[in-house]
Amino acid sequence: MRQIKNAIAALTLLVVLSAFTDFNAHLENGYKIGDVVSDFKLMNVDGKMVSLSKYKEAKGFIVVFTCNTCPYARMYEERIIALNNKYDAKGYPVIAIMPNNPTIKKGDSFEAMKERAKSKGFTFPYLIDKDQEVYPQFGATKTPHVYVLQKTKKGNVVEYIGAIDDNYNDASAVSNKYVEDAVNALLEGKEVQQKETKAIGCSIK
Amino acid sequence: MRLYYLAVLFLFFLSCNNQKKNVVTPKELMSVNSTVSEKDSVLELEVYTFDEFEKFLNKKDGKVHVINFWATWCAPCIKELPYFEELNKKYKDKNVEVLLVSLDFPHLYESKLKPFIINKKIKSKVIALDDPDMNSWIPKVGTAWSGSIPATVIYKNNDKKFYEGSFTFSELETELKQFLN
Repeated sequence: MRQIKNAIAALTLLVVLSAFTDFNAHLENGYKIGDVVSDFKLMNVDGKMVSLSKYKEAKGFIVVFTCNTCPYARMYEERIIALNNKYDAKGYPVIAIMPNNPTIKKGDSFEAMKERAKSKGFTFPYLIDKDQEVYPQFGATKTPHVYVLQKTKKGNVVEYIGAIDDNYNDASAVSNKYVEDAVNALLEGKEVQQKETKAIGCSIK
Repeated sequence: MRLYYLAVLFLFFLSCNNQKKNVVTPKELMSVNSTVSEKDSVLELEVYTFDEFEKFLNKKDGKVHVINFWATWCAPCIKELPYFEELNKKYKDKNVEVLLVSLDFPHLYESKLKPFIINKKIKSKVIALDDPDMNSWIPKVGTAWSGSIPATVIYKNNDKKFYEGSFTFSELETELKQFLN
């Protein structure tokens, strides 16, 4: 009898707790500045599997959660290509990851990703987060959402989280290139000044 | 250029005096200047920078303000929009004001946003927020806001709550009721 009472009490507590779960709780999860990132193994549009550990020469990474369908992501495509063209040779390649579920967003299917990568001439891997396991680890909530990682003895450490720059609408009107500033600082052995920024994006589906 | 002023003048008369509406048909207007359509004269869209918009987040008028950030390109936003409309219908006479803040791209106001508002017969007030320096204003809306939409603020005087994510109608109504007393 007592066991049943205890079980009921525990169950009640669980129900009450789950009812009061913070609406924004999902935003608290994911990597913070200074965290070490777990490696992943995701399929690229060329059919090959990509992991961070395969980049022996890299000093770090510009990980961009992006997709085919989000208008903000599309406005940043040229700038993502430019980032890779500028920083791949300096040891900070772009790794693009498509986090959406293609059954919800047909335009983000693996086939559509291949076509997009080809037509836009992506010079970097464009990976599909097929099981939707990697983006929650990072805590990415939207596209585009950028994580700059620095390779250290501890592993790949998060040094910047946020937007690419401060004007989605007009690349020529940008006054702060957040990602470039972060990578430049890391290349010079300095501390990143602006470690986190916010921007409107399409919620990951 | 003179033709353009002529067109604006015609529109002015059109909006001032409905009885004279048959004098200028939309077709004639189109022939004067193809960028001036009849729709423009029907729907005036208020567009704000964040500094101009901030007053909507800080009214101390004793009303409950429900402010939803959305865009026509955002599927989950479109899905929950009817719930905000329903809330507006049900509570507008009970000291509740619903404000729909569009984050659509300015170059799509005419082709996407205005037709959407007209076709869906949106009754709640819709305004547009156009301020590309997002990092400067997103935290002022909600410190917890990552920047994904939909996002919603509900407040009354100094009591404010921020929500990132989608609502069902009953979830939205439950949150609203916490501000009604």
